[in-house]
Amino acid sequence: MRHTLSVLVENQPGVLTRVAGLFARRGYNIESLAVGQTHDPSVSCMTIVAGGDDLVIEQVVNQLDKLIDVIEIRDITQVKYVDRELMLLKVKAEASMRGEIMQIVDIFRARIVDIGQETLTIECTGDAGKAQAIEKSLKPFGILELARTGKIAMVRGPKYGDV
Amino acid sequence: MKLTGAEIIIKAFEHEGVDIVFGYPGGQILPFYDKLFDSSIRHILVRHEQGAAHAAEGYARATGKPGVCIATSGPGATNLVTGIANAYMDSIPIIALTGQVPTTKIGSDAFQEADITGITLPIVKHSYLVRDVNTLAGIVRSAFHIATTGRPGPVLIDLPNDVSTATAEFEYPPPVALRGYQARREIDPNLIYQAAKAIGEAKKPVIYSGGGVISSGASEELRELAERAQIPVTTTLLGKGAFPETHPLSLGMLGMHGTKYANYAISYSDLIIAIGARFDDRITGRLDTFAPHAKVIHIDVDPAEIGKNVRVHHPLNGDVRAVLKELLLRLEAPEDQEWLKQVMAWKAENPLTYAWVDGVIKPQYVIEQIWDLTRGNGIVTTEVGQNQMWAAQYYKTLAPRTFISSGGLGTMGFGLPAAIGAQAGCPDKLVFDIAGDGSIQMNSQELATAVAYNLPVKVAILNNGYLGMVRQWQELMWNRRYSQTDLNVGTPDFVKLAEAYGALGLRATRPEEVRPALEQAIATPKPVVIDFVVAREENVFPFVPPGQPLTKMVGG
Repeated sequence: MRHTLSVLVENQPGVLTRVAGLFARRGYNIESLAVGQTHDPSVSCMTIVAGGDDLVIEQVVNQLDKLIDVIEIRDITQVKYVDRELMLLKVKAEASMRGEIMQIVDIFRARIVDIGQETLTIECTGDAGKAQAIEKSLKPFGILELARTGKIAMVRGPKYGDV
Repeated sequence: MKLTGAEIIIKAFEHEGVDIVFGYPGGQILPFYDKLFDSSIRHILVRHEQGAAHAAEGYARATGKPGVCIATSGPGATNLVTGIANAYMDSIPIIALTGQVPTTKIGSDAFQEADITGITLPIVKHSYLVRDVNTLAGIVRSAFHIATTGRPGPVLIDLPNDVSTATAEFEYPPPVALRGYQARREIDPNLIYQAAKAIGEAKKPVIYSGGGVISSGASEELRELAERAQIPVTTTLLGKGAFPETHPLSLGMLGMHGTKYANYAISYSDLIIAIGARFDDRITGRLDTFAPHAKVIHIDVDPAEIGKNVRVHHPLNGDVRAVLKELLLRLEAPEDQEWLKQVMAWKAENPLTYAWVDGVIKPQYVIEQIWDLTRGNGIVTTEVGQNQMWAAQYYKTLAPRTFISSGGLGTMGFGLPAAIGAQAGCPDKLVFDIAGDGSIQMNSQELATAVAYNLPVKVAILNNGYLGMVRQWQELMWNRRYSQTDLNVGTPDFVKLAEAYGALGLRATRPEEVRPALEQAIATPKPVVIDFVVAREENVFPFVPPGQPLTKMVGG
């Protein structure tokens, strides 16, 4: 099963290596990892999506928690949370096709951020399902490039841990 | 007052109570060595950096204080790696200080540059690359705190040359609050109550204790638990000394080369009380057949160990000693004595044995004689292989911190430098390194260190001219194909080797020469090497072949 881990870490050089290295050394699988500074500049937040049965994930959490640079780790899989990915797609778009592509972009509430002579570049944010759906819809036109961030997540409601 | 980075390190070491360090100088660590020249800290100059790391570990394990090892950048630092890995696997607090090229050169493949924080990432509890001299005092303080608390382990401080010469105001900081580090955890009284109840209700309990009992200083509490509840105690290799092996309730070591009675007891028990141990594969044998009828109480300071290898019914996460104290308050003794009678019968019927052959020194006999002469009052270190297992089986350890062996990593060459570290920390103790002819050659250069500082360790080489444990596996599992395990050709004359270093060299080739040689070694106030020419193809028994259940013991 896929688990989503929200990890607060010291915002220091080498911390990402420690976290990624631990996954590699113990043979755990990272499906996606997104990291960035939080409102406290000394703290970064990592959102890690990892696959494995409950015992494996429990080991992942326990081992990560032992890293001195890991301040807090939560498995939020079972909690209600908001998650987003950002995806950029460059689609082949001759003039005759543009109308149809723009309709699809509208349906997904995505945005066109660049127009080339024969291409459109589209920005889409959403959860993993939405990203997958827009990719599928645009595929027939010819996807030339695709880049996406890992998932970032935040628990709904009050600050997690305060309730 | 402003101090240089090198001076700050020395001041900080003094604040931490460091009296002895083990190391080897070089270019980038020179600023530190220059300041060390004027310091009261005693430096033991080893002959290879690996020796420094193992000596620091031997010192830490014998004294209970953190050990410190020092090396220069690049090859000096990489030579520490095996020793750091060893300390990590056995959870021993050491501080490794390495020189590094100046911060302005890092990443440029400068002379003697190695990314030692990167290289050691998976084998340290934590590490620091110091970039700013103003953070140095706090880093040293944190390093000692992290190394010695919770589940102990090695911490590396990588010190670039320019940081060691830069200056900063020195004030030793108060204990550093590390928001990502929690050394102690609250114990849930309800879990203690349930575990105590499980002990009271158990029909066939057994205590399985490991190195955590020793690092937490919980031997007294362990003994009280065993005696009050009348529960037999088996220990791991690292747990030797946690419980006196002459005690009627002692079952000695369990696992691959454990006693038959320890392996029977754990296999047929209905409750395993695991204390500061981690269910390593050398202990459990084939995991899905391990102790099939047993519920498990697991006491450990490291939450990640609980439930890692076996299912745990009563997790008690916390400092072993603190948990045992709580448990003792609520302890209920099982009433049924049938089990203890059964275990004692197994013990009486299945003693460790070996066949005596006239005119031939059996390695087990040498260990028995060492024990008989010291009565368990010395410190024993071991190398790795058959010598280590015979030492574990036949040297009855009585007290914590007196049996020092490389467990998790199984590092050949560990014993001599570890003995040197132990002897430096405990100058009044008699220290024996029980060695094999293979292992001793991995760090025999440290004989020079022992002689130079007159650390009078006694190296007892069980010389069978083989890499004995590998040969044993080849004999039993690989059709006697002795691929690359015969060391006879090229092995030095160990008596001459000892003499070349200025140590005393002795040799025994017949059983009646064993005791006089040992007596002479003990009476000699300097390092001694004794070459015991032993039976070549003796095997360590009992033996649970890898991947087999513990009850499928071979031999013995």
